[in-house]
Amino acid sequence: MNPLSDWFIEPFSANEFMRNALFASILVALVCALSGTYVVLRGLAFVGDALAHGVIPGIAVALLAGVSGVVGAAVSAVVMMGGVTLITRRSRLSGDTAIGLLFVGMLALGVIITSRSESFVGDITRILFGELLGVSTSALWWQVAALVIVGAAARIAHRPFVLMSLDEGLARTSGYSTSLFHGLLLAMVALTVVASFRTVGTLLVLGMLIAPAASGALLARRVSTMMAIAAAYGIASGYLGLLASYHFDLASGASIVFVAVVLFALTAAVKSLASRRDDADEIPHQHVHVHAH
Amino acid sequence: MTDSPTNRLTHPRIDATCTIITRELAVGFGRHRIVDDVNIHTHPGDLVTLVGTNGSGKSTLLKTLAGMIPPIAGSVEVLGAAPGTSPTRVAYLPQHPVSSHTLPLRARDVAAMGRYAHLGLFGRETTADRRVVHEVLRRTGVDDFADQPLRDLSGGQQQRTHLAQVLAREAEVLLLDEPTAGLDIVGKRAVADIVAAERARGVTVVMATHDLADAESATAVLLLAQRVVAFGPPNLALRDENLRECFGFTQPH
Repeated sequence: MNPLSDWFIEPFSANEFMRNALFASILVALVCALSGTYVVLRGLAFVGDALAHGVIPGIAVALLAGVSGVVGAAVSAVVMMGGVTLITRRSRLSGDTAIGLLFVGMLALGVIITSRSESFVGDITRILFGELLGVSTSALWWQVAALVIVGAAARIAHRPFVLMSLDEGLARTSGYSTSLFHGLLLAMVALTVVASFRTVGTLLVLGMLIAPAASGALLARRVSTMMAIAAAYGIASGYLGLLASYHFDLASGASIVFVAVVLFALTAAVKSLASRRDDADEIPHQHVHVHAH
Repeated sequence: MTDSPTNRLTHPRIDATCTIITRELAVGFGRHRIVDDVNIHTHPGDLVTLVGTNGSGKSTLLKTLAGMIPPIAGSVEVLGAAPGTSPTRVAYLPQHPVSSHTLPLRARDVAAMGRYAHLGLFGRETTADRRVVHEVLRRTGVDDFADQPLRDLSGGQQQRTHLAQVLAREAEVLLLDEPTAGLDIVGKRAVADIVAAERARGVTVVMATHDLADAESATAVLLLAQRVVAFGPPNLALRDENLRECFGFTQPH
Protein backbone atom coordinates (compact mmCIF):
# COMPACT_ATOMS: atom_id res chain seq x y z
CA MET A 1 0.00 0.00 0.00
CA ASN A 2 2.47 2.52 1.25
CA PRO A 3 5.44 2.39 -1.10
CA LEU A 4 7.85 3.52 1.62
CA SER A 5 6.93 0.80 4.07
CA ASP A 6 6.79 -1.69 1.18
CA TRP A 7 10.40 -0.90 0.46
CA PHE A 8 11.82 -0.43 3.96
CA ILE A 9 9.74 -2.63 6.27
CA GLU A 10 7.88 -5.23 4.27
CA PRO A 11 10.96 -7.33 3.41
CA PHE A 12 11.41 -8.01 7.12
CA SER A 13 7.77 -8.23 8.20
CA ALA A 14 6.91 -10.67 5.41
CA ASN A 15 9.93 -12.99 5.56
CA GLU A 16 11.21 -14.86 8.59
CA PHE A 17 14.62 -15.42 6.97
CA MET A 18 14.99 -11.66 6.55
CA ARG A 19 14.03 -11.07 10.18
CA ASN A 20 16.58 -13.62 11.38
CA ALA A 21 19.17 -12.08 9.08
CA LEU A 22 18.45 -8.66 10.54
CA PHE A 23 18.73 -9.95 14.12
CA ALA A 24 21.98 -11.72 13.23
CA SER A 25 23.48 -8.61 11.69
CA ILE A 26 22.43 -6.48 14.66
CA LEU A 27 24.17 -8.93 16.98
CA VAL A 28 27.24 -8.85 14.73
CA ALA A 29 27.17 -5.04 14.81
CA LEU A 30 27.03 -5.00 18.62
CA VAL A 31 29.77 -7.57 19.25
CA CYS A 32 31.98 -5.95 16.60
CA ALA A 33 31.43 -2.50 18.13
CA LEU A 34 32.77 -3.78 21.45
CA SER A 35 35.83 -5.62 20.13
CA GLY A 36 36.38 -3.35 17.15
CA THR A 37 36.66 -0.23 19.29
CA TYR A 38 39.63 -1.63 21.20
CA VAL A 39 41.14 -3.15 18.03
CA VAL A 40 41.05 0.26 16.34
CA LEU A 41 42.32 2.06 19.44
CA ARG A 42 45.25 -0.35 19.71
CA GLY A 43 45.91 -0.39 15.95
CA LEU A 44 45.51 -4.16 15.75
CA ALA A 45 43.47 -4.40 12.52
CA PHE A 46 46.08 -6.63 10.92
CA VAL A 47 46.08 -9.06 13.84
CA GLY A 48 42.28 -9.09 13.67
CA ASP A 49 42.50 -10.00 10.00
CA ALA A 50 44.91 -12.82 10.78
CA LEU A 51 42.53 -14.23 13.40
CA ALA A 52 39.61 -14.00 10.98
CA HIS A 53 41.45 -15.95 8.28
CA GLY A 54 43.00 -18.33 10.75
CA VAL A 55 39.66 -19.91 11.58
CA ILE A 56 39.02 -21.07 8.01
CA PRO A 57 40.83 -24.46 8.19
CA GLY A 58 39.00 -25.30 11.41
CA ILE A 59 35.62 -24.55 9.90
CA ALA A 60 36.53 -26.56 6.81
CA VAL A 61 37.54 -29.60 8.86
CA ALA A 62 34.38 -29.30 10.94
CA LEU A 63 32.22 -29.17 7.83
CA LEU A 64 33.95 -32.23 6.34
CA ALA A 65 33.55 -34.11 9.62
CA GLY A 66 29.94 -33.07 9.90
CA VAL A 67 30.50 -31.10 13.11
CA SER A 68 29.29 -27.56 13.74
CA GLY A 69 31.46 -24.95 12.06
CA VAL A 70 31.48 -22.96 15.29
CA VAL A 71 33.42 -25.73 17.05
CA GLY A 72 36.02 -25.86 14.29
CA ALA A 73 36.29 -22.09 14.25
CA ALA A 74 36.75 -21.96 18.01
CA VAL A 75 39.51 -24.59 17.96
CA SER A 76 41.46 -22.93 15.18
CA ALA A 77 40.95 -19.48 16.72
CA VAL A 78 42.77 -20.73 19.81
CA VAL A 79 45.58 -22.16 17.64
CA MET A 80 45.78 -18.91 15.70
CA MET A 81 45.90 -16.78 18.86
CA GLY A 82 48.82 -18.88 20.05
CA GLY A 83 50.52 -18.39 16.68
CA VAL A 84 50.01 -14.64 16.67
CA THR A 85 51.20 -14.31 20.27
CA LEU A 86 54.27 -16.43 19.58
CA ILE A 87 55.14 -14.44 16.47
CA THR A 88 54.69 -11.01 18.06
CA ARG A 89 56.82 -12.11 20.99
CA ARG A 90 59.56 -13.90 19.08
CA SER A 91 60.13 -11.94 15.90
CA ARG A 92 59.77 -8.27 16.69
CA LEU A 93 61.22 -7.06 13.42
CA SER A 94 59.18 -9.05 10.97
CA GLY A 95 55.94 -9.36 12.90
CA ASP A 96 53.89 -8.05 9.99
CA THR A 97 55.52 -10.38 7.52
CA ALA A 98 55.16 -13.42 9.72
CA ILE A 99 51.53 -12.70 10.61
CA GLY A 100 50.77 -12.03 6.95
CA LEU A 101 52.27 -15.38 5.98
CA LEU A 102 50.46 -17.14 8.81
CA PHE A 103 47.06 -15.90 7.70
CA VAL A 104 47.55 -16.49 3.99
CA GLY A 105 48.84 -19.96 4.87
CA MET A 106 45.72 -20.66 6.93
CA LEU A 107 43.51 -19.41 4.07
CA ALA A 108 45.29 -21.73 1.62
CA LEU A 109 44.99 -24.63 4.04
CA GLY A 110 41.28 -23.94 4.43
CA VAL A 111 40.76 -23.99 0.68
CA ILE A 112 42.80 -27.21 0.34
CA ILE A 113 40.76 -28.95 3.02
CA THR A 114 37.49 -27.75 1.53
CA SER A 115 38.56 -28.94 -1.93
CA ARG A 116 38.23 -32.53 -0.63
CA SER A 117 34.53 -31.87 -0.17
CA GLU A 118 32.07 -32.71 -2.95
CA SER A 119 30.26 -29.42 -2.60
CA PHE A 120 33.52 -27.47 -2.73
CA VAL A 121 32.32 -24.22 -4.28
CA GLY A 122 29.27 -23.94 -2.06
CA ASP A 123 31.24 -24.73 1.09
CA ILE A 124 34.09 -22.31 0.47
CA THR A 125 31.67 -19.55 -0.51
CA ARG A 126 29.72 -20.04 2.69
CA ILE A 127 32.89 -19.96 4.80
CA LEU A 128 34.35 -16.90 3.14
CA PHE A 129 31.21 -14.85 2.61
CA GLY A 130 28.72 -16.17 5.15
CA GLU A 131 25.19 -17.46 4.74
CA LEU A 132 23.21 -14.70 6.31
CA LEU A 133 19.90 -15.66 4.75
CA GLY A 134 20.14 -19.16 6.21
CA VAL A 135 20.73 -18.15 9.85
CA SER A 136 18.83 -20.37 12.27
CA THR A 137 17.36 -19.36 15.61
CA SER A 138 19.90 -21.49 17.51
CA ALA A 139 22.70 -19.64 15.72
CA LEU A 140 21.20 -16.39 16.98
CA TRP A 141 21.37 -17.69 20.56
CA TRP A 142 25.06 -18.51 20.08
CA GLN A 143 25.58 -14.95 18.96
CA VAL A 144 23.76 -13.62 22.02
CA ALA A 145 26.00 -15.74 24.26
CA ALA A 146 29.12 -14.43 22.50
CA LEU A 147 27.87 -10.87 22.87
CA VAL A 148 27.37 -11.33 26.61
CA ILE A 149 30.87 -12.79 27.07
CA VAL A 150 32.57 -10.13 24.95
CA GLY A 151 30.59 -7.44 26.76
CA ALA A 152 31.67 -8.80 30.14
CA ALA A 153 35.31 -8.92 29.01
CA ALA A 154 35.07 -5.32 27.81
CA ARG A 155 33.58 -4.27 31.12
CA ILE A 156 36.35 -6.00 33.06
CA ALA A 157 39.25 -4.83 30.93
CA HIS A 158 38.10 -1.37 29.85
CA ARG A 159 40.65 0.49 31.99
CA PRO A 160 43.74 -1.50 30.98
CA PHE A 161 42.61 -1.47 27.33
CA VAL A 162 42.34 2.33 27.34
CA LEU A 163 45.67 2.70 29.16
CA MET A 164 47.31 0.38 26.62
CA SER A 165 45.88 2.30 23.69
CA LEU A 166 47.54 5.44 25.03
CA ASP A 167 50.81 3.76 25.97
CA GLU A 168 51.59 0.15 26.86
CA GLY A 169 54.15 1.20 29.44
CA LEU A 170 51.52 3.31 31.15
CA ALA A 171 49.32 0.26 31.63
CA ARG A 172 52.25 -1.61 33.13
CA THR A 173 53.27 1.16 35.52
CA SER A 174 49.61 1.43 36.55
CA GLY A 175 49.78 -2.16 37.76
CA TYR A 176 48.07 -4.01 34.87
CA SER A 177 49.65 -7.01 33.15
CA THR A 178 49.91 -6.04 29.49
CA SER A 179 50.45 -9.59 28.24
CA LEU A 180 47.35 -10.79 30.11
CA PHE A 181 45.13 -8.05 28.72
CA HIS A 182 46.63 -8.27 25.24
CA GLY A 183 45.74 -11.96 25.30
CA LEU A 184 42.25 -11.13 26.51
CA LEU A 185 41.74 -8.73 23.62
CA LEU A 186 42.89 -11.39 21.14
CA ALA A 187 40.41 -13.80 22.73
CA MET A 188 37.62 -11.22 22.40
CA VAL A 189 38.45 -10.75 18.72
CA ALA A 190 38.57 -14.51 18.19
CA LEU A 191 35.18 -14.95 19.84
CA THR A 192 33.80 -12.09 17.75
CA VAL A 193 35.04 -13.78 14.59
CA VAL A 194 33.58 -17.12 15.62
CA ALA A 195 30.25 -15.48 16.43
CA SER A 196 30.12 -13.46 13.22
CA PHE A 197 31.53 -15.62 10.47
CA ARG A 198 28.22 -17.28 9.63
CA THR A 199 26.66 -13.89 9.06
CA VAL A 200 29.23 -12.00 7.00
CA GLY A 201 31.87 -14.67 6.38
CA THR A 202 35.47 -14.92 7.52
CA LEU A 203 36.74 -12.80 4.66
CA LEU A 204 34.41 -9.93 5.40
CA VAL A 205 34.13 -9.96 9.19
CA LEU A 206 37.10 -7.62 9.44
CA GLY A 207 35.03 -4.97 7.67
CA MET A 208 32.41 -5.10 10.42
CA LEU A 209 35.11 -5.15 13.08
CA ILE A 210 37.00 -2.12 11.76
CA ALA A 211 34.79 0.13 9.63
CA PRO A 212 32.11 1.12 12.20
CA ALA A 213 34.70 1.53 14.98
CA ALA A 214 36.90 3.63 12.70
CA SER A 215 33.91 5.85 11.89
CA GLY A 216 33.31 6.17 15.63
CA ALA A 217 36.95 7.15 16.21
CA LEU A 218 36.60 9.95 13.65
CA LEU A 219 33.54 11.44 15.33
CA ALA A 220 33.89 10.72 19.04
CA ARG A 221 35.73 12.50 21.81
CA ARG A 222 35.19 9.69 24.29
CA VAL A 223 35.69 5.94 24.08
CA SER A 224 32.10 5.22 25.19
CA THR A 225 30.77 7.51 22.46
CA MET A 226 33.03 5.83 19.92
CA MET A 227 31.54 2.47 20.88
CA ALA A 228 27.97 3.78 20.64
CA ILE A 229 28.63 5.30 17.21
CA ALA A 230 30.25 2.05 16.09
CA ALA A 231 27.17 0.11 17.16
CA ALA A 232 24.82 2.53 15.41
CA TYR A 233 26.87 2.48 12.20
CA GLY A 234 27.07 -1.31 12.31
CA ILE A 235 23.31 -1.69 12.77
CA ALA A 236 22.62 0.84 9.99
CA SER A 237 25.01 -1.06 7.71
CA GLY A 238 23.22 -4.32 8.48
CA TYR A 239 19.80 -2.88 7.77
CA LEU A 240 20.74 -0.98 4.61
CA GLY A 241 22.88 -3.84 3.31
CA LEU A 242 20.06 -6.34 3.79
CA LEU A 243 17.58 -4.05 2.04
CA ALA A 244 19.91 -3.62 -0.92
CA SER A 245 20.54 -7.33 -1.01
CA TYR A 246 16.78 -8.08 -0.95
CA HIS A 247 15.67 -5.56 -3.56
CA PHE A 248 18.55 -5.90 -5.99
CA ASP A 249 19.29 -9.56 -5.41
CA LEU A 250 22.86 -9.01 -4.15
CA ALA A 251 25.07 -11.10 -1.88
CA SER A 252 23.87 -10.14 1.61
CA GLY A 253 27.06 -10.32 3.73
CA ALA A 254 29.07 -8.44 1.13
CA SER A 255 26.36 -5.77 0.81
CA ILE A 256 26.44 -5.13 4.56
CA VAL A 257 30.22 -4.83 4.69
CA PHE A 258 30.22 -2.64 1.61
CA VAL A 259 27.71 -0.26 3.21
CA ALA A 260 29.86 -0.15 6.37
CA VAL A 261 32.95 0.81 4.37
CA VAL A 262 31.02 3.40 2.32
CA LEU A 263 29.65 4.93 5.53
CA PHE A 264 33.19 5.16 6.86
CA ALA A 265 34.42 6.82 3.67
CA LEU A 266 31.54 9.33 3.72
CA THR A 267 32.19 10.10 7.40
CA ALA A 268 35.89 10.63 6.76
CA ALA A 269 35.12 12.90 3.77
CA VAL A 270 32.56 15.00 5.66
CA LYS A 271 34.85 15.20 8.67
CA SER A 272 37.83 16.40 6.63
CA LEU A 273 35.68 18.98 4.81
CA ALA A 274 34.34 20.23 8.14
CA SER A 275 37.76 20.51 9.73
CA ARG A 276 39.08 22.33 6.66
CA ARG A 277 36.27 24.85 7.03
CA ASP A 278 37.05 25.17 10.76
CA ASP A 279 40.67 25.87 10.00
CA ALA A 280 39.74 28.55 7.49
CA ASP A 281 37.32 30.22 9.92
CA GLU A 282 39.43 30.20 13.01
CA ILE A 283 42.63 31.97 13.78
CA PRO A 284 45.28 29.49 12.68
CA HIS A 285 46.44 27.44 15.62
CA GLN A 286 48.95 24.74 15.97
CA HIS A 287 47.83 21.19 15.39
CA VAL A 288 50.15 18.48 16.44
CA HIS A 289 49.19 15.08 15.17
CA VAL A 290 51.41 12.29 16.26
CA HIS A 291 50.87 9.17 14.23
CA ALA A 292 51.37 6.02 16.17
CA HIS A 293 51.08 3.65 13.24
CA MET B 1 78.33 1.48 50.67
CA THR B 2 77.61 4.40 52.99
CA ASP B 3 81.23 5.42 52.74
CA SER B 4 81.27 5.75 48.99
CA PRO B 5 81.98 9.38 48.10
CA THR B 6 78.89 9.68 45.94
CA ASN B 7 76.56 8.81 48.79
CA ARG B 8 78.02 11.30 51.20
CA LEU B 9 77.12 14.15 48.94
CA THR B 10 73.35 14.01 49.36
CA HIS B 11 72.16 12.91 52.73
CA PRO B 12 74.41 11.72 55.49
CA ARG B 13 73.25 8.12 55.48
CA ILE B 14 71.01 5.48 54.12
CA ASP B 15 68.25 4.85 56.65
CA ALA B 16 64.73 3.53 56.95
CA THR B 17 63.23 6.74 55.59
CA CYS B 18 64.97 6.39 52.21
CA THR B 19 62.56 6.36 49.29
CA ILE B 20 64.98 5.13 46.61
CA ILE B 21 68.16 3.18 47.21
CA THR B 22 70.43 1.88 44.44
CA ARG B 23 73.59 -0.08 45.08
CA GLU B 24 76.10 -0.64 42.27
CA LEU B 25 73.16 -0.54 39.93
CA ALA B 26 73.84 -1.23 36.24
CA VAL B 27 71.10 -0.32 33.78
CA GLY B 28 70.59 -1.07 30.10
CA PHE B 29 68.61 -3.16 27.66
CA GLY B 30 69.14 -6.90 27.50
CA ARG B 31 72.85 -7.43 27.85
CA HIS B 32 73.70 -3.95 26.64
CA ARG B 33 74.85 -1.96 29.66
CA ILE B 34 74.38 1.79 29.40
CA VAL B 35 75.33 2.99 32.87
CA ASP B 36 77.20 1.12 35.59
CA ASP B 37 77.67 1.59 39.28
CA VAL B 38 74.84 3.97 40.13
CA ASN B 39 74.75 4.52 43.90
CA ILE B 40 72.09 6.95 44.95
CA HIS B 41 69.63 7.27 47.75
CA THR B 42 66.85 9.72 48.32
CA HIS B 43 64.63 10.91 51.15
CA PRO B 44 61.09 12.29 51.04
CA GLY B 45 61.08 15.77 49.52
CA ASP B 46 64.32 15.26 47.58
CA LEU B 47 64.72 16.26 43.96
CA VAL B 48 67.37 14.38 41.99
CA THR B 49 67.93 15.67 38.48
CA LEU B 50 69.52 13.48 35.84
CA VAL B 51 71.63 15.53 33.47
CA GLY B 52 73.45 14.33 30.36
CA THR B 53 73.35 14.17 26.59
CA ASN B 54 70.89 12.09 24.59
CA GLY B 55 71.83 8.46 25.02
CA SER B 56 73.67 9.11 28.27
CA GLY B 57 71.39 6.77 30.20
CA LYS B 58 68.90 9.17 31.85
CA SER B 59 65.82 7.54 30.39
CA THR B 60 67.19 4.05 30.90
CA LEU B 61 67.75 4.74 34.58
CA LEU B 62 64.24 6.19 34.96
CA LYS B 63 62.74 3.18 33.17
CA THR B 64 64.62 0.91 35.56
CA LEU B 65 63.33 2.84 38.58
CA ALA B 66 59.82 2.61 37.13
CA GLY B 67 60.15 -1.16 36.75
CA MET B 68 59.79 -1.06 32.97
CA ILE B 69 63.12 -2.80 32.45
CA PRO B 70 64.96 -5.05 34.90
CA PRO B 71 68.30 -3.94 36.32
CA ILE B 72 71.32 -5.67 34.77
CA ALA B 73 73.31 -5.81 37.98
CA GLY B 74 73.31 -4.41 41.48
CA SER B 75 70.22 -3.69 43.50
CA VAL B 76 67.47 -1.12 43.45
CA GLU B 77 64.68 -0.46 45.92
CA VAL B 78 61.85 1.99 45.49
CA LEU B 79 59.80 2.56 48.64
CA GLY B 80 61.34 -0.53 50.14
CA ALA B 81 60.28 -2.85 47.32
CA ALA B 82 61.31 -3.90 43.83
CA PRO B 83 60.62 -1.27 41.13
CA GLY B 84 57.20 -1.54 39.52
CA THR B 85 55.56 -3.27 42.48
CA SER B 86 53.91 -0.19 44.00
CA PRO B 87 51.85 1.27 41.15
CA THR B 88 49.74 3.45 43.44
CA ARG B 89 52.77 5.03 45.11
CA VAL B 90 55.10 5.61 42.14
CA ALA B 91 54.22 7.54 38.99
CA TYR B 92 56.30 7.69 35.82
CA LEU B 93 56.13 10.24 33.00
CA PRO B 94 57.72 8.78 29.86
CA GLN B 95 59.60 10.99 27.47
CA HIS B 96 57.33 11.05 24.46
CA PRO B 97 54.05 9.45 25.34
CA VAL B 98 52.54 8.06 22.18
CA SER B 99 49.50 10.03 21.17
CA SER B 100 47.52 8.37 18.45
CA HIS B 101 45.76 10.39 15.83
CA THR B 102 42.49 8.52 16.26
CA LEU B 103 42.36 8.29 20.04
CA PRO B 104 39.00 9.63 21.23
CA LEU B 105 40.15 10.88 24.62
CA ARG B 106 39.65 14.36 26.00
CA ALA B 107 42.41 15.97 28.03
CA ARG B 108 40.35 15.47 31.22
CA ASP B 109 39.92 11.76 30.45
CA VAL B 110 43.67 11.36 29.99
CA ALA B 111 44.28 13.06 33.33
CA ALA B 112 41.62 10.91 35.02
CA MET B 113 43.45 7.79 33.81
CA GLY B 114 46.01 8.66 36.48
CA ARG B 115 43.49 7.31 39.01
CA TYR B 116 43.31 3.87 37.33
CA ALA B 117 46.21 2.57 39.41
CA HIS B 118 44.10 3.19 42.52
CA LEU B 119 40.77 2.14 41.07
CA GLY B 120 41.87 -1.23 39.68
CA LEU B 121 39.49 -3.02 37.32
CA PHE B 122 36.23 -2.51 39.16
CA GLY B 123 36.70 0.35 41.64
CA ARG B 124 34.10 3.08 41.29
CA GLU B 125 35.34 6.59 40.73
CA THR B 126 34.43 8.51 43.88
CA THR B 127 33.92 12.19 44.56
CA ALA B 128 37.40 12.18 46.08
CA ASP B 129 38.88 10.83 42.82
CA ARG B 130 37.07 13.48 40.83
CA ARG B 131 38.29 16.17 43.22
CA VAL B 132 41.90 15.03 42.77
CA VAL B 133 41.55 15.18 38.97
CA HIS B 134 39.85 18.57 39.12
CA GLU B 135 42.67 19.90 41.27
CA VAL B 136 45.50 18.65 39.00
CA LEU B 137 43.71 20.03 35.94
CA ARG B 138 43.76 23.41 37.64
CA ARG B 139 47.38 23.17 38.80
CA THR B 140 48.67 22.17 35.38
CA GLY B 141 46.52 24.65 33.50
CA VAL B 142 44.89 21.80 31.57
CA ASP B 143 41.43 23.02 32.64
CA ASP B 144 41.66 25.65 29.86
CA PHE B 145 41.36 22.90 27.25
CA ALA B 146 40.09 19.96 29.32
CA ASP B 147 37.22 19.10 26.95
CA GLN B 148 39.30 19.04 23.79
CA PRO B 149 40.40 15.71 22.41
CA LEU B 150 44.07 14.93 22.93
CA ARG B 151 44.65 14.77 19.17
CA ASP B 152 43.71 18.45 18.75
CA LEU B 153 46.18 19.71 21.36
CA SER B 154 49.57 21.24 20.70
CA GLY B 155 52.69 19.37 21.79
CA GLY B 156 53.05 21.54 24.88
CA GLN B 157 49.38 21.06 25.83
CA GLN B 158 49.74 17.30 25.41
CA GLN B 159 52.82 17.37 27.62
CA ARG B 160 50.92 19.24 30.34
CA THR B 161 48.04 16.77 30.05
CA HIS B 162 50.40 13.83 30.60
CA LEU B 163 51.92 15.62 33.58
CA ALA B 164 48.40 16.12 34.99
CA GLN B 165 47.85 12.37 34.67
CA VAL B 166 51.05 11.62 36.58
CA LEU B 167 50.06 14.04 39.37
CA ALA B 168 46.56 12.58 39.56
CA ARG B 169 48.11 9.38 40.87
CA GLU B 170 49.12 11.22 44.06
CA ALA B 171 52.28 9.16 44.25
CA GLU B 172 55.08 9.38 46.76
CA VAL B 173 57.77 9.02 44.10
CA LEU B 174 57.61 10.86 40.78
CA LEU B 175 59.87 9.73 37.93
CA LEU B 176 59.74 12.43 35.26
CA ASP B 177 61.49 12.08 31.93
CA GLU B 178 61.97 15.59 30.57
CA PRO B 179 58.70 17.05 31.82
CA THR B 180 59.57 20.47 30.41
CA ALA B 181 60.29 19.27 26.87
CA GLY B 182 58.21 21.24 24.39
CA LEU B 183 57.04 23.77 26.97
CA ASP B 184 57.46 27.52 26.68
CA ILE B 185 58.92 29.66 29.45
CA VAL B 186 55.57 29.92 31.27
CA GLY B 187 55.09 26.18 31.06
CA LYS B 188 58.59 25.55 32.37
CA ARG B 189 58.01 27.86 35.32
CA ALA B 190 54.70 26.08 36.01
CA VAL B 191 56.44 22.69 36.07
CA ALA B 192 59.13 24.02 38.41
CA ASP B 193 56.38 25.30 40.75
CA ILE B 194 54.57 21.96 40.62
CA VAL B 195 57.78 20.07 41.41
CA ALA B 196 58.45 22.41 44.33
CA ALA B 197 54.90 21.93 45.65
CA GLU B 198 55.18 18.14 45.38
CA ARG B 199 58.49 18.19 47.25
CA ALA B 200 56.91 20.30 49.97
CA ARG B 201 54.34 17.51 50.40
CA GLY B 202 57.22 15.07 50.94
CA VAL B 203 57.21 13.60 47.44
CA THR B 204 60.53 12.37 46.05
CA VAL B 205 61.11 13.58 42.50
CA VAL B 206 63.65 12.12 40.06
CA MET B 207 63.70 14.14 36.88
CA ALA B 208 65.68 13.93 33.68
CA THR B 209 66.33 17.31 32.13
CA HIS B 210 68.37 19.14 29.53
CA ASP B 211 67.87 22.38 31.35
CA LEU B 212 70.67 23.13 33.82
CA ALA B 213 68.40 25.73 35.46
CA ASP B 214 66.14 22.85 36.58
CA ALA B 215 69.15 21.23 38.20
CA GLU B 216 70.07 24.17 40.37
CA SER B 217 67.18 23.77 42.79
CA ALA B 218 67.82 20.04 43.17
CA THR B 219 68.94 18.20 46.27
CA ALA B 220 71.37 16.34 44.08
CA VAL B 221 72.41 16.14 40.45
CA LEU B 222 73.41 12.91 38.74
CA LEU B 223 75.60 13.79 35.78
CA LEU B 224 75.58 10.99 33.22
CA ALA B 225 77.60 10.19 30.10
CA GLN B 226 76.99 6.46 29.78
CA ARG B 227 78.59 6.34 33.18
CA VAL B 228 78.26 8.36 36.37
CA VAL B 229 80.37 11.49 35.89
CA ALA B 230 79.30 13.10 39.15
CA PHE B 231 76.66 12.82 41.80
CA GLY B 232 76.11 15.42 44.45
CA PRO B 233 74.68 18.81 45.30
CA PRO B 234 74.31 21.04 42.22
CA ASN B 235 77.17 23.39 43.08
CA LEU B 236 79.58 20.44 43.22
CA ALA B 237 78.16 18.18 40.53
CA LEU B 238 77.77 20.96 37.96
CA ARG B 239 81.36 22.20 38.19
CA ASP B 240 82.93 23.16 34.88
CA GLU B 241 85.28 20.18 34.67
CA ASN B 242 82.34 17.82 35.15
CA LEU B 243 80.23 19.59 32.55
CA ARG B 244 83.15 19.57 30.11
CA GLU B 245 83.61 15.87 30.67
CA CYS B 246 79.89 15.27 30.24
CA PHE B 247 79.15 17.44 27.25
CA GLY B 248 82.62 17.98 25.79
CA PHE B 249 82.91 14.92 23.60
CA THR B 250 79.33 14.69 22.37
CA GLN B 251 76.87 17.18 21.00
CA PRO B 252 75.00 18.93 23.77
CA HIS B 253 71.38 19.09 22.77
